[in-house]
Amino acid sequence: MALTTYIDAIREGIWEEMEKDERVFILGEDVGIYGGAFKVTKGMLDHFGENRVIDTPISESAIVGAAIGAALVGMRPVAEMQFIDFISCAFDQIVNFAAKCRYRWGAGVPIVVRGPCGGGVHGGPFHSQNVESYFFNVPGLKIVCPSTAYDAKGLIKAAIRDPDPVLYFEHKYLYRRIKEELPAEDFVVPIGKAQLRREGDDLSIITYGAMTYTALEAAGELEKEGVSVEVLDLRSILPIDEDAILETARKTSKVIVLHEATLTGGPGGEVVARIAEKAFEHLDGPIVRIAPPDTPVPYSPPLEEAFLPQVNDIVAKARELAAY
Amino acid sequence: MPEKTVAGKGSDRTVEVPVEARLKMLHYMKLVREIEDRIERKLYRQGKIVGGVYVGRGQEAISVGTAIHMVKDDVVAPSHRDMGVFLMRGVTPRRIIAQYMGRAAGLTKGRDGNMHMGDMDYNVIAFVSHLADNVPVSAGVALAFKMRGEKLVCLCYHGEGATSRGDWHEGINLASVHKLPVVYFINNNSYAYSTPTSLQYAIEDVASRAEGYGMPWEVADGNDIIAVYGAAKRAIDRARAGGGPSLVEYKTFRMTGHSAHDDAGYVPPELFEEWKRRDPIVRFENALIEEEAITPARIEEMQRECVAIIDDAVDWAEQQPYPDPADVTKGVYYDEG
Repeated sequence: MALTTYIDAIREGIWEEMEKDERVFILGEDVGIYGGAFKVTKGMLDHFGENRVIDTPISESAIVGAAIGAALVGMRPVAEMQFIDFISCAFDQIVNFAAKCRYRWGAGVPIVVRGPCGGGVHGGPFHSQNVESYFFNVPGLKIVCPSTAYDAKGLIKAAIRDPDPVLYFEHKYLYRRIKEELPAEDFVVPIGKAQLRREGDDLSIITYGAMTYTALEAAGELEKEGVSVEVLDLRSILPIDEDAILETARKTSKVIVLHEATLTGGPGGEVVARIAEKAFEHLDGPIVRIAPPDTPVPYSPPLEEAFLPQVNDIVAKARELAAY
Repeated sequence: MPEKTVAGKGSDRTVEVPVEARLKMLHYMKLVREIEDRIERKLYRQGKIVGGVYVGRGQEAISVGTAIHMVKDDVVAPSHRDMGVFLMRGVTPRRIIAQYMGRAAGLTKGRDGNMHMGDMDYNVIAFVSHLADNVPVSAGVALAFKMRGEKLVCLCYHGEGATSRGDWHEGINLASVHKLPVVYFINNNSYAYSTPTSLQYAIEDVASRAEGYGMPWEVADGNDIIAVYGAAKRAIDRARAGGGPSLVEYKTFRMTGHSAHDDAGYVPPELFEEWKRRDPIVRFENALIEEEAITPARIEEMQRECVAIIDDAVDWAEQQPYPDPADVTKGVYYDEG
């Protein structure tokens, strides 16, 4: 069996859903003739035609707005943000229109807004952001952040089939670095379900996205020192898998919450709060947050490396926590 | 370039309007005025409507003279002064009054108020306060129609103030680039809250911006329902025939404040006097009497019918329960149950 990269897994997922369901179509900047800035939509124009692969002007708000309108009359649009940083231009359509339609007047808006997020590729302040914190406080949205090729495919399919608006944040650092053998048959990964990536007894790292790999590498280092680390990959952050979070917290009694979004107001705070509220008596040490500092994502390699959580940062914090 | 550009000040009354359609439009204009008068001048002042109230007094011809062209499966995205759209789509006055009163029987079940209502069973998309958001959304509806090869049109309404927002420009451009079957109606009522058009844009006709997007446009007298009807018909027929989107500007005047709490003290009184003489309902009634399409007695009877419909709606709505507080968290997401 051939190995499928994370980026191909996304493409295959969209492709298969478009084959299966004629309501599914894609729209965005350069998605057609060019096949997308990262080539997620490569070959789709030739295969599905210009009626279902729509190149748009540089108008993120209109891209999302048009997706909403099409969804209201029965379509299943998948809108691409060329870089997820640009989703800020569509913020209003997402939070005021898409997210609130069902609650206000019972109209479902089954759209997917997807795009490349994350740092580690020297993209600088406007091509490296993790934007989930902006949307984490918006009832009506779902947010997924796959870390594996399997999840990338299973979650894009689940997102397309979902009756509510889903923000699908794909990490560009993983696009071609991650690959695995995928099942030939159709599968989905349920939205809202976390996945243990490594079992351990002494300490839990709760994370998602590309930081899953940083956590796993740190866990490998710590194992050499006799510290057994469990790694929980949230996969979805809205809805968040509270059961899985509490289960690992109760099991190891020591928790690190790790993400690539900046620290203050990041989803990690919510994870910490839920553990503190519901598993406090199980804790044997303070809950530790590890996240980039509250700055824009810097461009120059030494600055970006200092910004992004590194394996050594996690190992050092884990040692302190393990010593409690 | 646009295939046809008709620029003018909107007195093109050459369109043929069947007598049946004329009488239907008169009924709906009167019904709009009656329901909005009741809402603003009675129920709101009685404290029976707790939130904001925005009416379209003096602008009734616009929603009625445009929406009359819709076929069953067309979709409409009205704005907050387009009551005629709801009534002509078949939304009952009972549910509209219940909506204003925050009752469970309102279109939003008490989740939102006043004109922030919609229902895809009637193909009416609910308005949001963020102006011009419905412009790209309507383009998306039309995109779906085009993709599916359906001969349907989306109608989108907004005021002249909304044309200053980025979403308006993004949506108009997208619709024009992809030649989508959507018609945009600008209800230009001369004021956006307290802001006159001179502080909103620096051109004579805001619809002329369509030139920059390669879109046909037209200006019509928004207080003359025959002119409204004709301009809408030309644009809707063009969209339905595959000719792409159009922008139609209706010049009118807001005969109230922005909302019920606003006394419009910033509007020169002589403007109200001037526009009162152009009242679209009185004007249409006089024209119909002159044409002998209706008698004064029948007009009076029609008025009594409208009053009775709204009396019934208010009685019914007042008996409807408020939403159950236990339901406050329901319906944020799809619930399979």
